[in-house]
Amino acid sequence: MRQYFKNIYEAIATILVGMGVTWRHLFTRAVTIQYPHVKRTLPERSRMQLFVEMDDCIGCMACERACPVDCIEIKTVRGGKDEDLGQTSNGQKKRLHVVQFDIDMGKCCYCSDCVFPCPTGAIRMTPEYEFITYDRSTLLTKFATYSPEEISELEERERKEKEAQAAAKAAKLKAAEEAKKAAAGTDEPKSE
Amino acid sequence: MEPLVQFFFNLLPFLSDWPEWLALTVIGVAAAIMMFGFIAIFALIAIWLERKISGHMQDRLGPMEVGGWHGWAQTIADTVKLLVKEDIIPEKADRPLFKLAPMIVFTAALSGFAVLPWSSEFIPADLDVGLLYILSISSFAVIGILMGGWSSNNKWSLYGAMRGVSQVVSYEIPAALALLAVIMSAGTMSMRGLVMAQSGNILDWNVFNFFPLTTIAFFIYFIASLAEVNRTPFDLPEGESELVGGFHTEYSAMRFAFFFLGEYANMFVVSAIAATVFLGGWLPPFEALGFIPGPLWFVGKALLLVFVQMWLRWTLPRLRVDQLMYTCWKVLTPFSMAIILLIGLWKVL
Repeated sequence: MRQYFKNIYEAIATILVGMGVTWRHLFTRAVTIQYPHVKRTLPERSRMQLFVEMDDCIGCMACERACPVDCIEIKTVRGGKDEDLGQTSNGQKKRLHVVQFDIDMGKCCYCSDCVFPCPTGAIRMTPEYEFITYDRSTLLTKFATYSPEEISELEERERKEKEAQAAAKAAKLKAAEEAKKAAAGTDEPKSE
Repeated sequence: MEPLVQFFFNLLPFLSDWPEWLALTVIGVAAAIMMFGFIAIFALIAIWLERKISGHMQDRLGPMEVGGWHGWAQTIADTVKLLVKEDIIPEKADRPLFKLAPMIVFTAALSGFAVLPWSSEFIPADLDVGLLYILSISSFAVIGILMGGWSSNNKWSLYGAMRGVSQVVSYEIPAALALLAVIMSAGTMSMRGLVMAQSGNILDWNVFNFFPLTTIAFFIYFIASLAEVNRTPFDLPEGESELVGGFHTEYSAMRFAFFFLGEYANMFVVSAIAATVFLGGWLPPFEALGFIPGPLWFVGKALLLVFVQMWLRWTLPRLRVDQLMYTCWKVLTPFSMAIILLIGLWKVL
């Protein structure tokens, strides 16, 4: 019998305590952030959208190789012999034209593995997170600043250079062979 | 129906020249539409308020966008959404019963409004047995709940409906007994008579009349009424964590909205009964405040109780089925019996 009344008393008392708690919380300040109107600034090192500082990129393709989902695509053209492509911010000399540097953010898994191997710190993750689009293809970000004409011009030059090189090599080979032949001609009787 | 007819004749004198049947029909339809309008507006405001209260009690904000100021138009937008949604009826459902169930639940809630005394002049029907009428009509809703749960042909709906029936039927007993205590002291069952018997200041109200007996009766009635309208902590019929949605699992669009509307109308009805029977209805707490019109006092007291219902909802977790039955049969019913006995003795001696 005592237990019965004790139970009732405890039920009433605890309900009142609970109501007190909710009453206090009714007047405490809400913790909600009204997102599109008020934005919380993310920490500096948050891993959101990728960004590439093209002035610093030397086209070493370390990031492309490191990417586990292959979302980076780089194409480079060798710079001319006495062409000055400038220096990166940490003093490394640039030798390659980076004619294509595409990152597909739709594929990116935000692992940040591309950031660590970069020798010049050109590629990094930014706290920028609002890049939703209506079309998936717009998630493909192109960072290279070369125009198609420039690219074709550079490629043409490279092709010609290669041809010239190949021709030079062929000529060299031929010369070597001829020299060999000439040498062989003199040694012919000996080898027999 | 006399007070209401008198009210309309005073308001629009030309009605008394019409033939009686026409005038009565017009007045009846007008009153029903007014009550429906009141329920709709009350539900719009109460749902918004409930969301705001729940939000702030959990340190959130609740709806903030629709309509500008603190999301006041959120419920209107939701109503429009429910109106244009597809009305889905399960293939294996019992179609006539499925369609009838929300109508019965809402009709039961709406009929309760017939005897609510808004002020000394405005009471749709001043029945001699007003309280008995309202008790019987509110248990009518349980048929709608069982109907909805059964006809959905869904195990969760049926479980919810069965729980609802057992709960509502058992909690009617302490609710009726608690009201009986007041009926005994006031000597009338007419809603108007009950309010009239409490005239004076706040200490003449029935809550403080036979202190502390009627105060306990008031709390018993309030708890039992929470269970009757299926509000948390007694929302077992629709416990979403165990029964999906309970008896209204299969309902969508406007049929679901009518269940919802019925629930909120019921919340107001039980609060209004508590306000009438225990808190002096349309009477102001002090004679000096008599300049504020009666309906405002009546609605204000009812809304205060509605707020307490919401407050409890966001404070307490749901009861287990055995706890529910324990509370009803082993706590509320014996206590209300004891109160009736003591008040009877008091009256006799």
